[in-house]
Amino acid sequence: MKFTLSWLKEHLDTETPLDAIVETLTRVGLEVEAVSDKAKGFADFTVARVIETRQHPNADRLRVCIVDTGAGEPVQVVCGAPNARTGMKGVFAPVGAFIPGKNLTLGVGTIRGVESRGMLVSEMELELSDNHEGIIDLPEDARVGTPYAAYAGLDDPVIEINLTPNRPDCTSVHGIARDLAAARLGKLKDDTVQPVKGSGPCPVAVKLDFRKGDEHLCPAFALRLVRGVKNGPSPAWMQRRLTAIGLRPINGLVDITNYVTYDRGRPLHVFDAAKVRGNLTVRRARDGEEVLALDGRTYTLDDSIVVIADESGVESIAGIMGGEHSGCDENTTEVLIESALWDPLNIAQSGRKLGIQTDARYRFERGVDPAFTVPGLDLATRLVTEFCGGEPSEALVAGAIPDRGRIIDFPWAEVKRLSGLDLPRPESRAILEELGFAIEGAGERAEVRPPSWRPDIEGKADLVEEVVRIAGLDRIAPQPFRREEDTVVKPILTLIQKRTRLAKRLLAARGLVEAVTWSFIAKHEAELFGGGDRRLALANPIASDLSDMRPSLLPGLLKAAQRNADRSFADVALFEVGQCFESDEPEGQTIKAAAVRRGTARPEGVGRHWDGGAVAVDAFDAKADAMALLTALNVPTAGVQVVPGGPDWFHPGRSAVLQFGPKNRIGAFGEIHPKILRALDLKGPLVGFEITLDALPAPKPRPTKIKPKLTLSELQPVTRDFAFVVPRDVAAADILRAAQGAERQLIAGIDVFDIYEGQGIDPDKKSVAIAVTLQPTEKTLTDAEIDAVSQKIVGEVAKKTGAVLRS
Amino acid sequence: MNDLATLESDLLGQVDAAPDEAALESVRVSALGKKGAVSELLKTLGAMSPEERKAKGPLINGLRDKVHGAIANRKEALAEAALERRLQAERIDVTLPVREGPETRGRIHPISQVMDELTAIFADMGFSVAEGPDIETDFYNFTALNFPPGHPAREMHDTFFLKPDQKGERKVLRTHTSPVQIRTMLSKAPPIRVICPGRTYRHDSDQTHTPMFHQVEGLVIDRHANIAHMKWILEEFCKAFFEVESVKMRFRPSFFPFTEPSAEVDIQCLRKGGEIRFGEGDDWLEILGCGMVHPNVLENCKLDPDVYQGFAWGMGIDRIAMLKYGMPDLRPFFEADVRWLEHYGFRPLDLPSLVGGLTS
Repeated sequence: MKFTLSWLKEHLDTETPLDAIVETLTRVGLEVEAVSDKAKGFADFTVARVIETRQHPNADRLRVCIVDTGAGEPVQVVCGAPNARTGMKGVFAPVGAFIPGKNLTLGVGTIRGVESRGMLVSEMELELSDNHEGIIDLPEDARVGTPYAAYAGLDDPVIEINLTPNRPDCTSVHGIARDLAAARLGKLKDDTVQPVKGSGPCPVAVKLDFRKGDEHLCPAFALRLVRGVKNGPSPAWMQRRLTAIGLRPINGLVDITNYVTYDRGRPLHVFDAAKVRGNLTVRRARDGEEVLALDGRTYTLDDSIVVIADESGVESIAGIMGGEHSGCDENTTEVLIESALWDPLNIAQSGRKLGIQTDARYRFERGVDPAFTVPGLDLATRLVTEFCGGEPSEALVAGAIPDRGRIIDFPWAEVKRLSGLDLPRPESRAILEELGFAIEGAGERAEVRPPSWRPDIEGKADLVEEVVRIAGLDRIAPQPFRREEDTVVKPILTLIQKRTRLAKRLLAARGLVEAVTWSFIAKHEAELFGGGDRRLALANPIASDLSDMRPSLLPGLLKAAQRNADRSFADVALFEVGQCFESDEPEGQTIKAAAVRRGTARPEGVGRHWDGGAVAVDAFDAKADAMALLTALNVPTAGVQVVPGGPDWFHPGRSAVLQFGPKNRIGAFGEIHPKILRALDLKGPLVGFEITLDALPAPKPRPTKIKPKLTLSELQPVTRDFAFVVPRDVAAADILRAAQGAERQLIAGIDVFDIYEGQGIDPDKKSVAIAVTLQPTEKTLTDAEIDAVSQKIVGEVAKKTGAVLRS
Repeated sequence: MNDLATLESDLLGQVDAAPDEAALESVRVSALGKKGAVSELLKTLGAMSPEERKAKGPLINGLRDKVHGAIANRKEALAEAALERRLQAERIDVTLPVREGPETRGRIHPISQVMDELTAIFADMGFSVAEGPDIETDFYNFTALNFPPGHPAREMHDTFFLKPDQKGERKVLRTHTSPVQIRTMLSKAPPIRVICPGRTYRHDSDQTHTPMFHQVEGLVIDRHANIAHMKWILEEFCKAFFEVESVKMRFRPSFFPFTEPSAEVDIQCLRKGGEIRFGEGDDWLEILGCGMVHPNVLENCKLDPDVYQGFAWGMGIDRIAMLKYGMPDLRPFFEADVRWLEHYGFRPLDLPSLVGGLTS
């Protein structure tokens, strides 16, 4: 919403300077977006007269002008404009002036050998229009030396406010003035419109042609004919105001509708009565019906859109834009003025559907004051007869002006209850009354009637807002609001919140960099990673590769790793902890943690180094990340089964599922499947893991924080090494389990310290060397006892895995 | 007696001249060994008369002690010299670079860091953290929050929808974290103090908007919470979060469907050379929206608006991260460019806390 300062003062009697007005507007909720005060930038430009023009001695197209600027000696200016001539009046810019359209500050110039001390400017050079045909040519009566801004009425600052959608009343200068008056910035002038009687009935009838239940689409439609008008230009003051707010003056009748739209928030439409055939019908459009609108474009309508039609078809799109056919031009002599009420929701939806934004739509979709329907018509009629002459008919009103009057039972204490501001009751009351609210009752409670122009006021809270926004939110002093408990802060995070945070810290501590990738990925990517459920496909994705809710974090991370590689950062290690989607229900959303490592981005170090070569990542790096994560989250890893062969997106021989049982899978790790690399255009080596944090068991609740008792043995542990030769497909875990099972009490630890395949071993076999640590508890073990345990270990491993001790 | 003196100087001379431990050992054997010169002398003591023994004993024993001591000293000196030679040979180039450890390479995304900062601050003010699903129903995302039918936010132009189900209902990607407020009010009796951080989605993509972003909202419901309290909470938050002694805030009346009265909050700042500083300057920067929870919203959550009252606010996590840490653009937050993450990310052990400071 834009208006000028002088326009505001038409409605508000005030001496308040511009700065204070601007500040108050923002303070009461009419946020000022911009103030443009052309007078400031135009201070240097004055009206000047060209005393003499001579041909430039060295250039055919240039002239040398001697200019009387009204101050001091005449000035010599070199000018290239075709319309520069002796005796003309124009706009002079002296040396030192800033020319906005050229973004330059004038200096003394020498053009083709002739000195030039200033410039006669065009409208384009002042950014007033695109006109650069010639320099500004002012009428003879322009006074030399007058500041141009004052002469042209450009010294009227333009204020633009960012209007919230709940304030239709402030789509008008009048409404804005009312808010400022309530804020004690001046006095609202009495703008009551005197009714226009008119003579004779309006000859054109109006039919509101709606099915039952559709009446709300047009509750009322007022119309009047004015005969014998002469549609010339509107007065200069009106043209200046319209121009200042960015509207193009067209002709008297059209300018009047635009002016009343901004002045009173009352959109109107004018039809050239000579072009209207028969009576008017207000109805839903028929599917496929077309109209050529005033913007020169043809719109195809459907029955959700309301139109005004005559016997030859649609003449206007209701509340949005008129039709070209019955538009008013300089030949119009009989005009029909329309002032109607439309359904805000229908106008908003029709406008969106047609893609038309107009000043009328802007107001109707917010809700135009129903009580001003006929006064708006009368105001327009007065302006028409004043500017264009003519004889008005009586007004016709089809339908009925709705009465949306309501009463709010308002305890004045509500202001303090909600805002904390203890305002004297008379002040609250005065604010509401200034804003047009009618108040009855003098006690603790009042009956408050909102004015017709405030459809946004529903209840008590709205009244509190009115009072405090005008009184000033800055008057509410902050009041401490401490915790309710008089105790030390208690832990507030849930288990999953704690695990999410810890997972991020742990993975970062393993050298992984946290990424945040889109929650939506391409459909084919979702399908490759176990997703693609139609319930998780967006109906209106922003791009085709962001179409489906992700089933896994891996596709986003893998693609991110590749993007980095494409920028020559080949060795990247990325992780993400975030939501993934199995269904569109809340339970279908889980938090997963995933990481990918590419190239040589291993936890120990990245890339080539003098201390050791560049080693490519492998599935064990991913396994180590997964296991470290589980350990950090206090999940007992001893119970985690590592089942060979992960989900489809992993290399079948180099991946595994992590689970507590077949029905209790928690994640997977491994090398990314070559088919996935191909499908997503990735280059390996790429490994990764993913764990569903919601699937992890909660720690068992314990009555105390005491850790289990520590028993330290006085006796030295003994370590024995065994190298077993086993078939290649025997899992190391089976050997370890068998060895452990041989002697549960004594064996304190087992580790695999060597794997060997090759010379000296059958091609289908491998050697697995383990170190077993025995921890005696009662007495030092004798050699014979150690031998006995060793025999049991060898026997058990042989029995369970077919191993033989390597000789 | 001259014999003893000669022997002594002879032996001590040999000790001093021994070039290494082996030579020293042979000197020791020749003097103090079983058949050594000093040992032989000691043996003669037994055959002496007591008087003679009394006179010669101390001399011979003295000789033994002297030689013994000299050998020990020489041994020490030789060992020291040997160590010195070894150390001279054992040198590394200490200027060789070491590998960066994982804890040096790893990074926490600024969004996670800021979420941790928010949690630390609001936990201290008695708030807990509430979360909810990203895929929401129309009821939680719009209707319960007092969005009228036909509100522009309900259009495909502004909001992501999933495809309609068999019943024709279409779910939405939540456009704000406000549905979590509704879920909280419907599941928990007042008093309520929660913050709701999370991912949010709007159908918007340009220089300054991304289709996915992060928001944190706060909700307070009890029997007395009012705007004055809300101003205190938000001021304290801004001071703590931006780590400044004071902030100046401006509450501008505004409009949201779910609050009444509503306000937008600007924070005073100084813009200088692409940097923004809070607590100084005379520019205003919009930072959040807030208001008293709308009576219709309370009623939708089965709370009597004449008994319960409270306030709510919302702000962009990405946005306040940008303001605090100076990232110029939003889009790189979601591009996973390791150069950006290394620069703007945080180290794994940069744990924000109130006791240690949000940032070190």
